[in-house]
Amino acid sequence: MDGEDDAPKSLMEEMYANGIEGVDDAPSSSTSTTIRKNRPIISGEQLDIEAYAALYSGRTKIMRLIFLADHCDNSGMQLEALRMAYDELKKGENTQLFREVVQKIDGRLGPNYSTDATWCAMVDRKADQRKDKLESELNAYRTNLIKESIRMGYNDFGDFYYAHGALGDAFKSYVRTRDYCTTSKHIIQMCLSAILVSIEMGQFAHVTSYVSKAEQTPEALDPPSIAKLRCAAGLAHLEAKKYKLAARKFLEVGPELGNSYSEVIAPQDVATYGGLCALASFDRTELKNKVIDNINFRNFLELVPEVRELINDFYSSHYASCLEYLGNLKSNLMLDIHIHDHVETLYDQIRSKALIQYTHPFVSVDMRMMADAFKTSVAGLEKELESLITDNQIQARIDSHNKILYARHADQRNATFQRVLQTGNEFDWDVRAMLLRANLLKHEYNLRASRKI
Amino acid sequence: MNSVEGLLTQIRGLSSTASDVLSLQNVLKQADESLHAKSTRLLPFLDQLDPSKHSLGYLYFLEACTAGPVTTESASSFVLIIARFISSCVAEQIRLAPDKFISVCKRFKDQVLLLEEPLRGVAPMLTAVRKLQSSTEHLTTLHPEFLLLCLLAKCYKTGLSILEEDIFEVDQPRDLYLYCYYGGMICIGQKCFRKALELLHNVVTAPMSTINAIAVEAYKKYILVSLIHHGQLSTSLPKYASGVAQRNLKSLCLSYMELANSYNNGKIADLETYVQANMEKFGSDNNLGLVKQVVSSIYKRNIQRLTQTYLTLSLQDIANTVQLNSPKEAEMHVLQMIQDGEIYATINQKDGMVRFVEDPELYKTCEMIEHIDLSIQRLMTLSNKLTVMDELISCDPLYLGKAGRERQRFDFDDFDSVPQRFNI
Repeated sequence: MDGEDDAPKSLMEEMYANGIEGVDDAPSSSTSTTIRKNRPIISGEQLDIEAYAALYSGRTKIMRLIFLADHCDNSGMQLEALRMAYDELKKGENTQLFREVVQKIDGRLGPNYSTDATWCAMVDRKADQRKDKLESELNAYRTNLIKESIRMGYNDFGDFYYAHGALGDAFKSYVRTRDYCTTSKHIIQMCLSAILVSIEMGQFAHVTSYVSKAEQTPEALDPPSIAKLRCAAGLAHLEAKKYKLAARKFLEVGPELGNSYSEVIAPQDVATYGGLCALASFDRTELKNKVIDNINFRNFLELVPEVRELINDFYSSHYASCLEYLGNLKSNLMLDIHIHDHVETLYDQIRSKALIQYTHPFVSVDMRMMADAFKTSVAGLEKELESLITDNQIQARIDSHNKILYARHADQRNATFQRVLQTGNEFDWDVRAMLLRANLLKHEYNLRASRKI
Repeated sequence: MNSVEGLLTQIRGLSSTASDVLSLQNVLKQADESLHAKSTRLLPFLDQLDPSKHSLGYLYFLEACTAGPVTTESASSFVLIIARFISSCVAEQIRLAPDKFISVCKRFKDQVLLLEEPLRGVAPMLTAVRKLQSSTEHLTTLHPEFLLLCLLAKCYKTGLSILEEDIFEVDQPRDLYLYCYYGGMICIGQKCFRKALELLHNVVTAPMSTINAIAVEAYKKYILVSLIHHGQLSTSLPKYASGVAQRNLKSLCLSYMELANSYNNGKIADLETYVQANMEKFGSDNNLGLVKQVVSSIYKRNIQRLTQTYLTLSLQDIANTVQLNSPKEAEMHVLQMIQDGEIYATINQKDGMVRFVEDPELYKTCEMIEHIDLSIQRLMTLSNKLTVMDELISCDPLYLGKAGRERQRFDFDDFDSVPQRFNI
């Protein structure tokens, strides 16, 4: 008996003291003895650049490092990122980007990391040679009219341009292979290449169209490709600020993705983007069904335990800790190229949802307790609630004297009467004006008719 | 002179029965020109006619007399004569010559204005309007003249009595525009903003082929009254407004549209600076009073918005949110609004708190039921009127002719309502 009495009491205490007591042990506060591999990379701590960069490959790795360098204020991190970018670029053939990075480094990393003019010249020369070779080969193929070779030729051109940073030409070359695609596998390959280049260019309209094109040939799609296409579609929706659609796409990505799409996105990103968009746009049932109970997505969430924790906290109404996780994650999220300009909006939406969800089950809410739960002042909370009420997202009224929020349910009967009387008046006005206008028109018409006669 | 004498005898003789009056009218029409030629010498002859019996004849004579230019001395004498005529004339007789009557009344108005005593003209003009209209739904050219006199004499209540009647028949569009414009101004003067909005809306959306100055001025006032009454302005004119109006009105009233924009932003300081900057412009349109009312209404709007989100609020907070200077001012505003019935609240002076309550109307009283019942009756009559008008137009040969001509554009089955005879 006593146990039963205690349990509901402690539950109630927990409900009131929503997060005032200590937060669960955040996994990121683990000690330094943890193996580096298990440490989450996108977490509340300062970003570990090497581990971050190791998630990606190809051009996106360089772009992300450059973005990092541009946007973080820690000069140590900045130099680290630029150094890694430099090394990565040396392995490739993109001299344009190389010069840019060197300019950004500005000699701060010593003589080893300065303009290597000889290397640039050599690469450019090789590039010209290769380009001529490719062109002559392509012309030969074109005269022979062998479809497969022409397609390979254009593909090679696309790869060449992409490696050299001429994204527009790369895109055009890839698209030209469309006429020479014979099997569905070719089409898928073309679509994936086009999608990759479009994402790098930032033209997400193309991404959407090529994703749908690729999905129209389902026979040739193997699970990793399906996962890749869903990621690309999710990114496109994210850029278009359609957070609900983006969340749905990211949540459908299967675990077959693995690391196969490292030229674009890492599984940690899938988890983060999907989790945050879902939290900002889904309602409670959808959140439970598609995120919390989603076994596939759970694997992704394991990679970013902070996001997993914050989703669970939100669902179980521990708003203070949820918002704390969000605050910690913010600085690292601002360094990510895809999500950085959406962070503010998503955070605002999540916060509003938390406020609405908090007040939903109650008839009256003590604003002081609510302010504690959300770790703000009562005045600040009042302002936030006021804007939510004005937007009609919360049906309630504030008693500013006693600082209580009262739920308010519209009186249907009175509202109906008011609307009836108002509609009657409007009808009266409209019909009278209409009759008057009809009379004027008739008069004018008669006048014109009589003039004609 | 003989012809005039002869005319007088005929008038006296033929003014008894309706058919006589008709033949008299023909006679008078023929004699009209000669009368006008002798206009300056006709005055003494007027005494030989009795306005109540020989209204038509008197009218013709009077019209010829007053044909000349109006001077102050002639004005004072004529004003009395015309006023007496209007009050004693017979309605059926003067309706036979409406233009003459209208021109006499217009000259009467000019004379009254020349003497700078518009009040003298109000009552006679009202009688004139009543005698000229064929029904209370009929708008005559005299209506706007009458309203103009009311405006100048500042007796708005008399004007309001005419405005209460609904108008459905119009002779001249210009009359309607002027009528609605002046009517709007009278309603603004009486602070019946709803009716003013209705009248001004009618001007602005009336069918017109070219933009006219009356519509422009009316639209300026419409913007201001809409802001005062509704707190917002719909940015586009409704679809049934004429194309000319939709295209041109906004560009002709730019500073007012700017005012509406800054009102919508809700920042009182911005609104006031804008008004200060454009003072002379508003003043030259004679809209300064209205503009000041707009500025004071923005406070009301903001306070009303507060009732939606708060149950109780301190006067200090109200003053801060609505950008007033002190809680005392806030209290005055709230008190005024409670008295005007614009919000429902109680002020607790001890705590300095205002408690907002819901509209106490429960829609359960007998008066409310009666009100609803009357509204329903009124709407049913209106609805019938609409049906009747629809039927009338469907039988109108002009309409049928036009619809018949269009017939071959439509499919054979679609347009059954036009009989075969009109198929051209």
